[in-house]
Amino acid sequence: MSKQNKIKVSIIDYGMGNLFSVKQACEHIGLRTLVTSKAEDVFKADGLILPGVGSFGNAMSNLTNLGLGEAITDFIKKGKPFMGICLGMQLLFSESDEFGKHKGLDLIKGKVIKFSAIDKDGNKAKVPQVGWNRIKKYSHGSAWDKSPLKNIREGSFMYFVHSYYCNPGDSRFIASTTEYAGIEYCSSVLKDNIYASQFHPEKSAQGGLQIYSNWLNYFK
Amino acid sequence: MDIKGPNLVKGIHLEGLRVLGKPEDFARYYYAAGADELIYIDVVASLYNRNSLHDIIFRVAKEVFIPMTVGGGLRTIDDIKQVLRAGADKVALNTAAIKNPKIISEAALKFGSSTIVASIEAIKQQNGEYLAYVDNGREYTGIEVFEWAKRVEKLGAGEILLTSVDREGTGSGYDLELIKNISECISIPVIASGGAGKVEDIADAILLGKADAVAIASILHYEAIKKLDFSKYTFDKEGNLEYLENKRAYSRLKPSNLKEIKSYLSNQGINVRCIPGLELTNV
Repeated sequence: MSKQNKIKVSIIDYGMGNLFSVKQACEHIGLRTLVTSKAEDVFKADGLILPGVGSFGNAMSNLTNLGLGEAITDFIKKGKPFMGICLGMQLLFSESDEFGKHKGLDLIKGKVIKFSAIDKDGNKAKVPQVGWNRIKKYSHGSAWDKSPLKNIREGSFMYFVHSYYCNPGDSRFIASTTEYAGIEYCSSVLKDNIYASQFHPEKSAQGGLQIYSNWLNYFK
Repeated sequence: MDIKGPNLVKGIHLEGLRVLGKPEDFARYYYAAGADELIYIDVVASLYNRNSLHDIIFRVAKEVFIPMTVGGGLRTIDDIKQVLRAGADKVALNTAAIKNPKIISEAALKFGSSTIVASIEAIKQQNGEYLAYVDNGREYTGIEVFEWAKRVEKLGAGEILLTSVDREGTGSGYDLELIKNISECISIPVIASGGAGKVEDIADAILLGKADAVAIASILHYEAIKKLDFSKYTFDKEGNLEYLENKRAYSRLKPSNLKEIKSYLSNQGINVRCIPGLELTNV
């Protein structure tokens, strides 16, 4: 039996968006998956994925009500591989500006900010960003090379769906950046055992699946 | 991809459907060729209150890792949940939304705005006004499309799939006036659909029509049927098989593949996603 067949990954279901494609991508590379809303399944897992689309405020209250916020924090403290996707990346941050302020899990210092529909030069941008966009290596750090993006070609296109983006307080955690609505923003982070991306690797064709495969290297 | 029962079909003005093959084969083929997204519309579901797409989506989602939008016959929050569970990433709502606009806001709240695509089927009237139709361009509603587009945005739709029924399947080019007017009056992305007959039309929809994305069917389908091997299949005799058997497109279309299309768009200065085997000039 190959290594990945023994690895159990829990995919957190907290009522925010479609988990099916994350599960399919994991199974495609041979991981065993469990889609779950239970804190106990978080503790038992070898790896954890926090996906999600939708509103930050609703997501945090769902996580809290299910007792998952604490479980995720504890899991990450143990040093086991964790992947956040889209809203699952944003929730790791300290706070979001969405409809008044909301506190996040505060595992990465920084804020979640909305794209401006009109950029600094007065150009209009469609918000949400829906579609394929490039990821660039963040040139002032080494996070890309230590992350599952390691062998991904710079400038690769990934699939994005979001209105808000993350602004980490410490730029060392920035793995990739992406340009949209007149700004260059952080599109993925690596902090110790946390890897998280604003884009959806499970919807980003062969390049995205490569990121899942690379994530396997973080399992001991 | 227009679906009728188990088959991929294509009509003109959403009528006169011809069977082109199995949707799964086209989905795999387009995924491998570098498609950015797949849209499946069950073209008769609204008429018969059925949605036969679940099985197709369920099978395709195991192999195809790009976004998939599914529409046709989705009437309730539960219908949406079922199709998302089968593997769709987004749902396209038209008939249900016009009958009950609140379904857009309810669905957006439950599944996130980005999951909800408002599908608008527009027909230009003799007085120049564009009106929205339902049931694949068959049923008149009297609703003016620009007002409706603004309304669906307010209700929480994440994208608009804008089909010109007048142009659909004709190969006579996208309706640029329609696309531009809608795209500029709302702030959510607009996917232009209906009318692409050659690669130049696609560039026009983006550069002149200000579309945020383009949906292409006939150009690709009639190229794909030359490449796909259908000999091993038996088709349900639901529809017109003549075009499939002869593997031909009709004269107004210039079939093309994704590589040619993306290469052309790239040369026009349009930012397109690279696909294997395609060297882009504006990278």
